[in-house]
Amino acid sequence: MIEVKDLTRNFGSLVAVDRLSFGVPAGEIFGLLGPNGAGKTTTLSMLCTILRPTSGTAAINGVDVREHPSQVRRMIGIVFQEPSIDDRLTGRENLEMHADLYGVPSAEKKKRIDDVLQLVELEDKADLLMRTYSGGMRRRLEIARGLIHYPKVLFLDEPTLGLDPQTREHIWGYILALSKREKITMVLTTHYMEEADRLCNRVAIIDFGKIIALDEPRRLKEKLEGDMITLMTGDAPRLAGRLKEAEFVKELRQTDDELRVIVRNGNAAMPRIVETAASLGIRIESMSIREPTLEDVFLHFTGRDIRGQGADEYHGLSAIRRRGIR
Amino acid sequence: MSELRGIYTLWLREVKRYGREKTRLVSSFIQPLLWLVIFGSGLRVTSVGTGGIDYQKFIFPGIIGQTLLFTSMFMGISVIWDREFGFLKEILVAPISRASVFVGKMLGGSTDAVIQGSFVFVFSFIVAVHVGIETYLLCIPIMLLITFGMVSIGLALASVMESLESFGVIQTFVNLPLFFLSGALFPLSNFPEWLRWVSVVDPLTYGVDALRTIILGEAWIPAIPLLYDLLALIVFDAIMIFVGTIIFGRTR
Repeated sequence: MIEVKDLTRNFGSLVAVDRLSFGVPAGEIFGLLGPNGAGKTTTLSMLCTILRPTSGTAAINGVDVREHPSQVRRMIGIVFQEPSIDDRLTGRENLEMHADLYGVPSAEKKKRIDDVLQLVELEDKADLLMRTYSGGMRRRLEIARGLIHYPKVLFLDEPTLGLDPQTREHIWGYILALSKREKITMVLTTHYMEEADRLCNRVAIIDFGKIIALDEPRRLKEKLEGDMITLMTGDAPRLAGRLKEAEFVKELRQTDDELRVIVRNGNAAMPRIVETAASLGIRIESMSIREPTLEDVFLHFTGRDIRGQGADEYHGLSAIRRRGIR
Repeated sequence: MSELRGIYTLWLREVKRYGREKTRLVSSFIQPLLWLVIFGSGLRVTSVGTGGIDYQKFIFPGIIGQTLLFTSMFMGISVIWDREFGFLKEILVAPISRASVFVGKMLGGSTDAVIQGSFVFVFSFIVAVHVGIETYLLCIPIMLLITFGMVSIGLALASVMESLESFGVIQTFVNLPLFFLSGALFPLSNFPEWLRWVSVVDPLTYGVDALRTIILGEAWIPAIPLLYDLLALIVFDAIMIFVGTIIFGRTR
């Protein structure tokens, strides 16, 4: 459904997206995961024909985004990162306008609008002005709007950014239900690990405009092979130094008082870590064991926390990029 | 066909939004009233050389022109607004040409401005001008011709402006000269020769003259024949729509 080859976009001397290549088969939910400024939105904008690629190609359903942008636009639905609804109109009026702009057959217009409203459970709010909607309701309406013209691909740019956990859970439910019911292909960007894990069939982890890993979330986590033990201690550096040499430790990261240790068998490793600490006279404050998350995967591939310092210094750049897109 | 539908839906949006803004509707009554009553009665006794026409009557069509001018220019704000609230993106990625988006917005803005201009007619009794329904109907196409070009200027200016503030400044910069040079408040014959030449390139000159010709009827001797007024307005509209489409087409 989507073919991307060597897709590149520069902003001046900055390479925002660097020779990206991937394919998305029909019906898949594909995720672009990475910190702010990694190039996710830029990639999405190029696929949506909002931004012209500097080089490389991308095709939606066999149609090149550069050669036939308006044809591509008819085939895709977009849910932008920032709100993009007219809040002086009602929900239904926003949907009607979208249907008109995308040339939905007049005879079908009303039925389709009712359908999508039902899908996102906003039937009873449809005739209220958008400005009375909550953030979550607006998001739902935007998703509904993206579906009216029966797109082959739906693009979602950070679909749950800035929403509370409960609303986020709701939106995820809609997206999954939609994928099941309509068999629609979806591409979403996110910097929430949990979101990528919950929704996506496959995830591409992007950093500095490059794909550093691409697979099913489960397989990505399997790459770490083992369990993640997190422990808090007063003397993390000394304990880390000793544990590094232990043969059961696969990977180890230390941040302040926290140690994250990836081990092959968590249950067997726990007592041995405690023993090691005891022999050094180090007190362990707390200890937990869990399966690795995508967050750990990201850390593994980039050596940085997705919300950590590494990502922060790119806030400035992402702001510049965003201005460029407008 | 789909382009026409796009234009229609964008037009409808502008009109709906306008109708829902109560403050704008109220203020549209106040401003012309101030001009007609305070400014008009204050200057009534001085001789402005209106050719025997009562001064309030004389400026009545001028105030309609002024309302059309100010409202039309102000319509450009919708571009800035849409950009600010993200809605512009939704329109710009839609499978419809930029030219159609521009024309839809332009027609919507013109409709709003003409509605606003029509409110001024309500005050015709204050200045004792008799405006029959036929006179009003004849004024509508003229009002539309005035607004098409003016809204185009407003939209074009707004699409190159970064912020609301700079749009406000530029707007005043454009509005006042067009207003003062148009002969809305005094006959053009009062101007020295060189200023009269400047007023020739002011499109509102023709708009105000046309409105005056129709509203004041026999009493007013047209500065320019009505036909020339209309031709000038049509040429002005055509140029502004063309230029506006190009400028708006570059909007990101």
